[in-house]
Amino acid sequence: MSMTEETPIPKRPSGFWSYANPVKFLGFSERVLPALCWLSGLCLVVGLIWGFFFTPDDFRQGSTVKIIYLHVPSALMAINAWFMMLVASLIWIIRRHHVSALAAKAAAPVGVVMTLIALFTGAVWGQPMWGTWWAWDPRLTSFLILFLFYLGYMALWAAIDDPDTAADLTSVLCLVGSVFAVLSRYAVNFWNQGLHQGASLSLDKEENVADVFYFPLLVCIAGFVLIFLALVLYRTGTEIRLRRTRALQAREEARS
Amino acid sequence: MMPDLGKYADAVLSAYGVSLLLLVLLVVWTLRQGRRARRALQEVEKRSKRDG
Repeated sequence: MSMTEETPIPKRPSGFWSYANPVKFLGFSERVLPALCWLSGLCLVVGLIWGFFFTPDDFRQGSTVKIIYLHVPSALMAINAWFMMLVASLIWIIRRHHVSALAAKAAAPVGVVMTLIALFTGAVWGQPMWGTWWAWDPRLTSFLILFLFYLGYMALWAAIDDPDTAADLTSVLCLVGSVFAVLSRYAVNFWNQGLHQGASLSLDKEENVADVFYFPLLVCIAGFVLIFLALVLYRTGTEIRLRRTRALQAREEARS
Repeated sequence: MMPDLGKYADAVLSAYGVSLLLLVLLVVWTLRQGRRARRALQEVEKRSKRDG
């Protein structure tokens, strides 16, 4: 009979949950970050240059169609970042993994920048196309509320000293804000449908011509997803280090 | 070889300019924060090792 059968070794989390260990998480992120950074940079440069320089104008929207390469990926990530924060918050609420709470915290500033980009590019696109920078349309409004939720979320993290209490309260705020993320998601889906149809119709239903816009857009979306992942991994590492620094400082103070 | 953006040049260029600026600022801020956190942790760890 082997040793392990006689004396059961303490059960360690395996697979996905083992990354709840900060040291293991940091090791993993150091390994994948260089590749992730290069790949996101490559996708963004290729996608945006392709979209900006090498795609034709739409006959109805003119050159404003080029804004799609920024607007759609950033709006997509603004909403998906909130969903990532929702999943991380739920993991914190249910399993109390600190890395998860810190990942949600780390994602918020990235999400807010994505939301800002989506709002700004939407406004400068809307002005020539709809004749207005802003409309109180349900989709736009829910997106603006999502932006305000991001700000509130970050302010709440900053306002509470005890990190576990801050993680609890921000998690609840994240759950509530998800309503608006869902609203924006459906709204954006409808809107994208309209937009894509318009673009392909305006090009005489030639699908190969519609692909001219579609493929660089896919590359840009990949770039935005990858840069989000890279930034969140890096920022989560920063949060873990800050937390550890504070813990060690507290120990020093207790000793002196 | 700049593409001819026609009358919408302002809209397109400002969309690209502002978006790229925001992304660059986010990356720079993230890296600065990260470096500072790394340095602070190293210092505290060195101190705690020295003091036992």
